[in-house]
Amino acid sequence: MADVVGHSSLERDYSLTGTRSRHAVEVGLAAAEWYHSDVPRKTLKALMKRRDGPAIRDTFIWIALHFVLGAGGIYFWGTWFSVPFWFAYGVVYGSACDSRWHECGHGTAFRTRWMNDVVYHIASFQIMRNPVNWRWSHARHHTDTIIVGRDPEIAWMHPINLVLKALAFVGIYDTWQSLKVLFRNAFGELSDDEREYIPVSEWNRAHFWARIHVAIYMVVLVSVIAMLVSGSGWASLIPVLLIGGPRVYGCWHFVMTGLLQHGGLAEDVIDHRLNSRSLYMNPVSRWLYWNMNYHVEHHMFPMVPYYSLPALHEELKDDLPSPNTSIWDAYREMMGAVMKQRNDPTYAIRKELPPTAKPYKEDLHLSVPERKD
Amino acid sequence: MPWIDACATDDVDEEDVIRWDHGDATFAIYRSMDGAFFCTDGLCTHEQVHLADGLVMDNEIECPKHNGLFDYRTGKALRAPVCVNLGTYETKIENGRVFVELSE
Ligand code: FES
Repeated sequence: MADVVGHSSLERDYSLTGTRSRHAVEVGLAAAEWYHSDVPRKTLKALMKRRDGPAIRDTFIWIALHFVLGAGGIYFWGTWFSVPFWFAYGVVYGSACDSRWHECGHGTAFRTRWMNDVVYHIASFQIMRNPVNWRWSHARHHTDTIIVGRDPEIAWMHPINLVLKALAFVGIYDTWQSLKVLFRNAFGELSDDEREYIPVSEWNRAHFWARIHVAIYMVVLVSVIAMLVSGSGWASLIPVLLIGGPRVYGCWHFVMTGLLQHGGLAEDVIDHRLNSRSLYMNPVSRWLYWNMNYHVEHHMFPMVPYYSLPALHEELKDDLPSPNTSIWDAYREMMGAVMKQRNDPTYAIRKELPPTAKPYKEDLHLSVPERKD
Repeated sequence: MPWIDACATDDVDEEDVIRWDHGDATFAIYRSMDGAFFCTDGLCTHEQVHLADGLVMDNEIECPKHNGLFDYRTGKALRAPVCVNLGTYETKIENGRVFVELSE
């Protein structure tokens, strides 16, 4: 089975067009029937209910913070006082955009459709994701969560490269990769994987939005050069600190929370309780992350908006493993597992379920090559 | 084109949807806020997930899997990842029952 698992026992073929992808389809791991906790229809309907209010409030605060913090950074330019302003601006731009991109991509943040779309496009730009490609990749992530060869959004691929993971916190490598994709798309090219999960009818839109993003970055670059030429010195960095740069210096919070979503947990399972992590977090992180710390709950019921996830958590908690108690607690658990997975990628955390929970759904698990021995 | 007795009007809450199976086919029956009834194919055109688990808002049904959106009155696909429209079927109400018109 070496051709299925990759070049060595540590490697796997995560491409969406390889042997592992075909295998997932053949054995039924692709588009499988996943486990769902039972929730009465009336309760679920109430939890799914959309309102504009919470997201309008949060978006207003989010946009206001951009202006206030950016203005503070510029006002205090050249003094140490500007540093905390840029630090906070970076997080509000470069990290909060991930959850806004995500929630508005699902169309659940606002009740009004155009509001979801506007915030989705702003946040996609901030996080340097082609808004068309990522809508489709994220749909696939929900159909085939952490199924090898099917899910294009697996953050922890084996063999795990801890240097790259550490670098992700400063965003340089990821930003470079994202810009390469945007430029490639802007020149009218899609990769094999992108062609696999984006329908042909959407390809032109993918090129169009990549061109818009690239054009804005070009304007930023030209502004920096113009300021340099006109003798603005270090202040010439301000345009890039405001636009684009925060994806590098402010992304650490979204990377920190994002890596926890599935890290150290199982691949190739069809029960989100085995491959996703819920945890409790401080209120600031929850605001930045729009409650995606309730990640098992989100994957089971993606129609529940972020502001109802705490209530969904209360509804489901007797059927789910207990959440980690903090970001620190979750990192301790995850990194312990990741260190083991570096030598044995079949290792995964298997959390104990409360006595009230239904057992894990594991019917297809032995179809996975590594689990056969 | 026969009219088939599908369900009682009370079976569907206002601004909600239920599943209705007939023969080998499966459908979704909707009741709008103003009490009108509609019927579409039951499975989402994206990945064949049943829409009866979805959310009815105004005149739209949101698919439970990836939040694709359809106008349930016309079947029109409104938001990615759905691109293909749903089939729709005429309904009528008689004696507190919902009838759906299906082809032979
Ligand atoms: S299955 Fe309905 S939107 Fe994907």
